[in-house]
Amino acid sequence: MTIDWCDRCEEMMQPFLDGTLSEDEVREAQHHLDLCSWCAKRYRFEERLRHYVRVAVAEPMPADLKSKLAALRTPLD
Amino acid sequence: MGACTRRIAANSLGTKATGLGTERLVHAAWCMPSATALHRDLDRLGWPPMSESTPTTADARRLAQEARDRVRFEEEALELSDQVYRVARRLTGSREEAEDLVQQAYERAFRSWRQYTPGTNLRAWLLRILTNLNIDRGRRQQRTPQTTSIDNEAGDYFLYNKLESQVPDENPDEERVLEKLSQDSIVDALAEVPHDFRDVIVLVDIGEFSYADAAQILDIPIGTVMSRLHRGRRILKKNLADGAVTA
Repeated sequence: MTIDWCDRCEEMMQPFLDGTLSEDEVREAQHHLDLCSWCAKRYRFEERLRHYVRVAVAEPMPADLKSKLAALRTPLD
Repeated sequence: MGACTRRIAANSLGTKATGLGTERLVHAAWCMPSATALHRDLDRLGWPPMSESTPTTADARRLAQEARDRVRFEEEALELSDQVYRVARRLTGSREEAEDLVQQAYERAFRSWRQYTPGTNLRAWLLRILTNLNIDRGRRQQRTPQTTSIDNEAGDYFLYNKLESQVPDENPDEERVLEKLSQDSIVDALAEVPHDFRDVIVLVDIGEFSYADAAQILDIPIGTVMSRLHRGRRILKKNLADGAVTA
């Protein structure tokens, strides 16, 4: 029985974190998360992972690209 | 008539041909008895001879305003270039390709700046140009195979369960589990997500665009953005889990 609720909670994780669930669904998921530390930990992991992915793949623009782009501007008459 | 002459006199006193001055001269052209006197005044002001093609004050104002609008557009676009590059870098397979694509996109943006509606999301507008160019190029230089199997999609807890089993501690917290993933493994795992799914992840999760903006940039319905995002994240996590096995 518990495992069914965990499966349902797993299904709701992405839309829950995206804020796209209905109010009723949010209440339902939250109720389970308050009782189930196993699911709660996986939700926290997902949140941290999303942040980590964003940071990990960020590559700053090469220094000379900005001046190359500025050179593309329309010259002033 | 007397008032008219005084206006001309004011203009003749070395006053520059400002907008107002020009109006006065045009007005004077109708009122002055002597055409010669008028031309002398015009010459002194450096005003071109009257003809059909002479720009009116309104034209001059419009051109000046347009130049200012264009400069402002270009400056705002350049300020966003770092953010545009970050997204472009992950939409493409290499740094060189991303640089090339960003340059092409800015070239096109500067050329067609009039099509941008001021006050709307300029970053999304630039990314839309960039994405279209990327698709036009046929993504031919990309290393992602389009045929990646996505049949056996894992659930959303799959990655955590896998990583947790590799941490020696009993019941580790999520930070310890996250440490199992290196930065490089994330970059590689993202690059291996098929591009239809990756584009959405890059725009929404990395570029932090709204679903609506991502839908507009990619020219697909919002529902498709959401479903690709959910599936794409699962593919990404599956790739991470697969990478973690060999690590």
